This record gives sequence, C-alpha cells and structure tokens, in this order.
Amino acid sequence: MKKTSTPVLPARGVAGNEPLLAVDNLHVEFATRQGAVKAVNGVSYALNPGETLAVLGESGSGKSVTAQAIMGILDMPPARIPRGEIRFKGTDLLRLPEDARSQIRGQRIAMIFQDALSALNPVFTVGSQIGEMFQVHRGTSRRDAHKKAIELMDRVRIPGARQRVNDYPHQFSGGMRQRIMIAMAIALDPEVLIADEPTTALDVTVQAQIMELLAELRRESDMGLILITHDLGVVADVADKIAVMYGGRIVENALVHDIYRAPAHPYAKGLLDSIPRVDQKGQELYAIKGMPPNLLDMPSGCSFHPRCPYRQDICVTEAPPLYEIGPTRNSACHYWREVLDGSHG
Amino acid sequence: MGRYIIRRLVQAIPVLLGATLLIYAIVFALPGDPVAALAGEKRLDPHIVDVLREQYHLNDPFLVQYWHYLTGLFRGDFGDTFAGVPVTDIMAGKFQVTINLAATALVMEAVIGAGLGLYAALRHGKAQDSMILGATLVLISVPTLVTGFMLQLLLGVKLKQAGIDLFPVAGVAEGLRSYLLPGFVLAGASIAYLTRLTRTSLMETLRADYIRTAVAKGLPRRRVVGRHALRNALIPLITFLGADLGTLMGGAVITEAIFNLPGIGQQLFTSVYLREQPVVVGIVTVLVLVYILANMVVDLLYAVLDPRIRYE
Amino acid sequence: MSDTLAPDVRRGAKHGKRGRRASAPKPDRVASLWTDAWYDLRRRPLFIGSAALIIVLIVMAAFPWLFTSVDPFDAATCQLGEARQGMSGVHWFGTDNLGCDVYARTVYGARNSIVVGVTTTVITALVGGLLGLVAGFKGGALDTVFSRVTEIFFAIPSILGALLILAVFRTGNVWTVMLALAVLTWPMTFRIMRASVLTVKNQDYVTAARALGASAPRLMFRHILPNAIASVIVVSMINLGSFIAAEAGLSFLGVGLRSPDISWGLMIADARERFLEAPGPLLFPAIFLSLTVLAFIMLGDAVRDALDPKLR
Repeated sequence: MKKTSTPVLPARGVAGNEPLLAVDNLHVEFATRQGAVKAVNGVSYALNPGETLAVLGESGSGKSVTAQAIMGILDMPPARIPRGEIRFKGTDLLRLPEDARSQIRGQRIAMIFQDALSALNPVFTVGSQIGEMFQVHRGTSRRDAHKKAIELMDRVRIPGARQRVNDYPHQFSGGMRQRIMIAMAIALDPEVLIADEPTTALDVTVQAQIMELLAELRRESDMGLILITHDLGVVADVADKIAVMYGGRIVENALVHDIYRAPAHPYAKGLLDSIPRVDQKGQELYAIKGMPPNLLDMPSGCSFHPRCPYRQDICVTEAPPLYEIGPTRNSACHYWREVLDGSHG
Repeated sequence: MGRYIIRRLVQAIPVLLGATLLIYAIVFALPGDPVAALAGEKRLDPHIVDVLREQYHLNDPFLVQYWHYLTGLFRGDFGDTFAGVPVTDIMAGKFQVTINLAATALVMEAVIGAGLGLYAALRHGKAQDSMILGATLVLISVPTLVTGFMLQLLLGVKLKQAGIDLFPVAGVAEGLRSYLLPGFVLAGASIAYLTRLTRTSLMETLRADYIRTAVAKGLPRRRVVGRHALRNALIPLITFLGADLGTLMGGAVITEAIFNLPGIGQQLFTSVYLREQPVVVGIVTVLVLVYILANMVVDLLYAVLDPRIRYE
Repeated sequence: MSDTLAPDVRRGAKHGKRGRRASAPKPDRVASLWTDAWYDLRRRPLFIGSAALIIVLIVMAAFPWLFTSVDPFDAATCQLGEARQGMSGVHWFGTDNLGCDVYARTVYGARNSIVVGVTTTVITALVGGLLGLVAGFKGGALDTVFSRVTEIFFAIPSILGALLILAVFRTGNVWTVMLALAVLTWPMTFRIMRASVLTVKNQDYVTAARALGASAPRLMFRHILPNAIASVIVVSMINLGSFIAAEAGLSFLGVGLRSPDISWGLMIADARERFLEAPGPLLFPAIFLSLTVLAFIMLGDAVRDALDPKLR
C-alpha cells in the first residue's frame, strides 16, 4: 500500500489499485470525566466505487463515530484519533490540513443523518439549504442555485418540487425530509455517500422507498455508499458487503450473501436470528441476551464473551484476532468454525 | 397573521382593564383629599370644593369613577389634573426623557450583551469565557443604586478632574450625551442577563443536529456560526429584548433619581405627593400599554424568525 | 399502592453518585438529583464562598453587637462635630453627615435587609408556589383565571407599583415593604411552578401513580411537587437578592424604611448630598448591599448549575 508523504488532494476519477475509501486501523477516543472512552478500536474497512458497504452494529458499537471520523465532523476535543488512517483515493485525510479537508467534506464525501427533522435547519427553506451547496462551493448565483435545488428535488422524487422549494423542513413528511437530506448530500456528485441510519426514524413502507432511492442513486453515479444501520433487514437487498461492529471493533467482514447464508461470528448470528421471519411464525423470537458492553469498562478477552453462547475459557482471557476465513471474509471469533458449522445446520 | 393580531389585541383587553383597575384602586386608596392637596395650606371656599368634587366625579362610588376614567381612556383622553392641566401634556415631556433613557439602555444592552455573549460562547470553557461570566455575575448583583453612584463618581467626576469630560452626571441639558451614563447604569443587569442568554442560546444551538449537518456540508465555520447558528440563537434574544423595554421604562425611577433626570419616575413621585391621581394612573397605564405592545411585537417577530410558528 | 415507588427513591439515592443521572426522569430522579447536586456543590468554590458570606451576614443580622460595641440607635454616639470624618481606628468606616459611626450603622443595617429579603422570598415562594402547583395540576378554569391574573401583575412595573402601594400606607417599615414587594412578585414564582408542574405532570411515573389510584393531593405533593420544586428554589434564591436590592431602592426613594430605622438604602440616600466630597458614608453601605445581593445570586447560580447539568 502506498502512502503519500506530502498530502495532495486526490483527483477525481480512477486511482489505480487503491480502494475509493479505506479506513485502516482507526482508533477514536473520547475524553470524559471518567477517563478516555475508546469508542473505535482498530477498525478497518474498504469501499470501492459503485459499491455499497453496510456497517452493522448496535448503538455504541462505534459505527457512527467511524463515519464522523471519515467526515471530519467529530468535535476534537473531546474526541481524539490517536492512531489509524482514513485514505480517500490513497490520500490520508487525517493528515490533510483543515482547508484541504473542507474541500472534500460535503463535495466529495457527503453524509446524511438519521433524523432529518433535526438535521435540517428549521429556519431556512429547503431550497436555500440545498442551493447553499452550489452557492458556497461553486459560487453559483442565488437564482441558479434555486434552479439546481428544484432539479435535485425532482431527482430525489419529491412531488411538486417547484412549488415546494420554498417550504420549510417542518412542512414535509418524514420520508420527504429524508429525501431533502439526500438531495443536499448528492448535490455536488460526491464520490462517497455515508448514510447514518437513514431510515431508522421512518415508517416501514417509507424505509423501503428511501433504500430504493439510495440504491438507484448509487447505480446512476458509480459512487460508493456506506450504509450504517442496526437493522440487518434493511440492508439485505441493497448492500454488497457487510462489516459487523461490536464494542468499537469489527467482528465480521463478509459479502452480503455469505453472511446471510452462514454467519461466522456469534454476534452476527445472533443478529440474523433475531430478524422475524415468516417461515418461523409461532416460534419464539430469538434475542441476544445481555446488554451492549460498557465502553468505559470493556469485558476482558473477547468483548462479546459475556453474551456469547459459544464461550469457552479462552474467550475470557484472550481477545481473538480478526481471522481471515476466506478471500473476502473475516471473523473475530476463536470458534468461527463452530459458528459457521452451527449456522449451516 | 391579521387574525392573530386581532386575537392578541382582544386578549390584551382584560390585562389592560385589570392593570388599570388595580392601579386605580391603589391610587384611590392613597390617603388625603386631592382637592385639599390642591389648595395646599390655604382653606378653600366650600362651594368651590363642591364644584371641583362634582367636576372630577369625586363624590361617585369607586367603580363609577373608574368607569368615567376608562371611557375617557378609550377616547384617548387621559383626563385633567385637578388644577385643570391635561394629563397628556404633563406626561409627554416626561415620557420623552424616559424613552430616551430606556432606548439608550436597550441599544447598549443589545450591542454589549449580544457581543459579549457571542464572544463567550465561541470561547466556551476558556479563560475569556469565565471572565465574562464572572463579570455578568457582578453586573447582576450590584444594584442600580450602587452602580449609579459609583459611575457618577468615577466617570463623571474623577474623569472630569483628569480633564476628560465625557459623561454629564446630572440632568438632560447635553442631549444624547446626557443619557450615556444613566443608560448604562439602567441597562446594567439586563446587559448581564442578555450576555448569559446569548451565550447559552448560541452554545445550545451549536450543539444542534443541523449544525453538524452544516459542517458536514463543508461550509466554512464563518458561515456555520454566522448564518446557521446565529439565526436560530437570535430568536430568544429578540424575546428578551422586547420584553425588557417595558421593564427598563418601569425600572428607570431609581436611575432617574440618581442622575436627576426629569422622567416619568420623578413625575410619578411628584404626582403621588401632590395627589394628582389622574397623572399617576396615566403614567402606569401608558407603561402597561408599552408592556403589552412590546410583547405583541415580539410575538410577531418570532413568527418572522421561526417559520415553525404559525398563527391561526 | 403508589408506595411501591418508594423503594426506587431510596435506591436512587444510593446510585446517585455513580449513576450521574444519565437516564430520563424517573421517580428516583428526585433523590439522586439532590444528592448529585449536593455532591457537586460541595466542590464549587462559588457555592462555598457565597454560603460562607451568607452565614456571616445572618450572624450579623441576628447579633450585630458581636461586630461592634457602638449602638447606632443611641443618639449620644453621634457627634455633630465629628461629621464626615475619614476612616480611623475609632471609626473604621468614618462618620456620616451627623457624625454617626458608619461602621456600626452598616452592621446594624444587615438585619432589615436580610429580614425583608428572606421573608418576602418565603411569602412569594409559598403563595406563588402553592397557587402554581394547584393551577398547573388542576388546569381548566382555575388555571385560566390565575394565569390571567398573573398577566395583569406582570404588566405593572414592580418598583413603581411598590412605590404606589407604599404611598398608600403612610408609614414605611419592613412589613409594608415586604407586603408591597410580595404582592407584586408572587406571579413570578407562580409562573415557574406552573410551568414545571405542567412538564412533570405528563411524565410516565405520574401517569403510573395516577393509574394506581393515587389521590389528587397525594399526586400533587408526593409525586409532582418534589420533581417540580427545584426551579422554584433556584429562582427564589436569586429573587432574594433582588428583594434586598429593591428594599434599598425603595428606602433610597423615601418610601421604604424611614429613619430611625437603619437601612443601607436609607444610608445611601442620606449620604448622597455630600457624596462627591465625602464618599465613605455612601460607599460602605453600598459595598455591603452589593456583597449581600451578590452572595444570594451566586448561591442561586451555583445551585442551578448543580441541578441542571446541561448548562455546564
């Protein structure tokens, strides 16, 4: 892997063998009164153009913090990145000066958030908030930015865009608001789009529409999409590969159909088993027992061991490495074979 | 919006009625006979006394007197003093002084308070922030009575002795300059409150999700703070400033006394002493009106600043 | 029945220090709120400083002779020939226009300030708090009526209103001053109590207690009041300071305490004529007045910060 010693802005277009975006051994800590909280603990994943990566985990697993580190929107302090790299087309973003970083943020790597109502500014019209991207980054005139905003609202299929461009966020439904967030994020054709729980706050039917829209936009533009969620059900149709996070670490990396067929980590298996399925009607729904780990007081050894049905003595004393168990697959479980076999059976 | 204004005006009527009734009752209960007070040391001809009492409805029951006053008020007539001078004539000049004073104070409050609060919020947790917070504590705690005399001594007299004559310490002879020092004294605690409010409001706004969005959009910090945060953080400030206009005018009496400003506070004092009941009631009524109108304007401004608020 | 909530309250107290109230309001919030606040307060220099100052002032108010052997009520201690002396070993703060010892008078002035401040605060907290609790809890017509009435009081400027009320009683003393201030300011406590009752009323644990058949008084005093009272206490502490300042202001204007009562406001009024040549008799009571107000406002500030971790 090549490292750029002098940071330069990566060019648009293809960049050799480097993935579009590579997170490499990332660590993020938060300073609190009770000491440093290690929210992200050596996370690595990669994203190629046109690919959709789903990052799966419960709240506190570090999935959102990783995304915010990529965007560079963590509040530092209290956050700190003691180690790791975030390479965008080979350039380590963490070593870029702030002004170079802000050339990437929003323009080439964009992000949408969970709750569009609070993520949109309540006192500005949606049109001005979308158009702002062009005005600030492209120097577009107000009138042209307004036109562009209408085009974008059309593109994310907001009915009556021309009439609604001057409405305020609170005048839209939850699904429409999320479309506005998306329109804002894709305004400048970013190469990477990070969607942090984009459908969590929405109704089930609307969830599917938003996922469909995201998948379409990705197909149209060859951008890489990182989909952060705690809900395995949401990503099955859209994602190409999945990274499962637990307690600030990646516990399983897999192509989406592999993991659905047979998960190789007990936590991933637990998540899959807890999805309600039509063919298991009447049976009791599986739930992972226990509570998410306390980041201030992580369990010894494998952080999942207190909740793990496969636990052996070694799990309490020794943290498992991320075993390479296939060409596109990793699992951080001492007993991944047993888990894999159990899944097949 | 128009319907909202009408509804607010209708809602204001009971407040106005209640407040004037209350004040009228208090003034009615003031000891001493107003007509006798008019005459001073002399003894009046009983016949003239009777005529005066009749003319000013003084022989009627309290509620009838109040009714006469109220109907006059709705015609824009604040009545006459017992000496026959229209109350509006007496009030006009005095209110001019108090309005000048309160307006000076309000401008100082807005500029200094919002400025300091903004600075403190952006330096949150640093030494400058703590210093500003400490200063607001002192400004809130030291009564007008004390700041007034202290500044009079320090700026008005000592500075003058040092050859710098910036701030007149008494009277209104020097136009706007006469109001600088008393304006600051009157604004004192309000400046501190506004500083704190601005600081809290901006800090809270800066933590909002939409600020994170603005940062994620790659906007420069100037724009994130100056446009996205400030516009939202301003909303409570406007309310505070609007509501404070009435407070400043009504609270000016001590400042006026310290700096010998011939405003409504002084006039109220004189009128209570002279038993000029119509003047006393008139002054307080105008202040109540100012309070009601200022709050109404604030509510309407709210709708302009925050589109989520819609008035039906 | 609703006694089932009690063990949680006790457990909450134990968790208090460790848990640092991370979760949504629950019944155990009350206990942990105050334990946490106390835990936090003991570490705040601002709190320790203001509490120490207040204790000294209370001792001074109760036993002024501990601080000075001069009895300022004894006319023989004043020597006209020694008027307006500077600070000296005999007269620590110098003497005033009548040759009386300023230090002794300042010390004895603490009592009236503290009595007016504390009593007025207690009256407004009880009256406003109780009415606010009932109005917020019952809602309906009762609430509407009370809310309208408070609007009327808010519209009347309190210093001017107090001035008028005091003019009705020809004599001014601590009782009339307290009455005038309390009559005009109870709506503040009312409004705050009502607002927090409205918030607390809809919390799940209140609904739960109601569903379990708790009676209305029990709901009000056992479940709602403990959770709603924090804001009233904080505001009352801060108001206490402003009542003390208001007493001084009214006495300064000549409608509050009157000679031979001793009040810092009165001392300031007496000293103002010769203030520019002999600032001492004005400055010392002014400093004491400011420190007293500061101490109570600082205390309220510290308690509010301890109770409301969000504002940190």
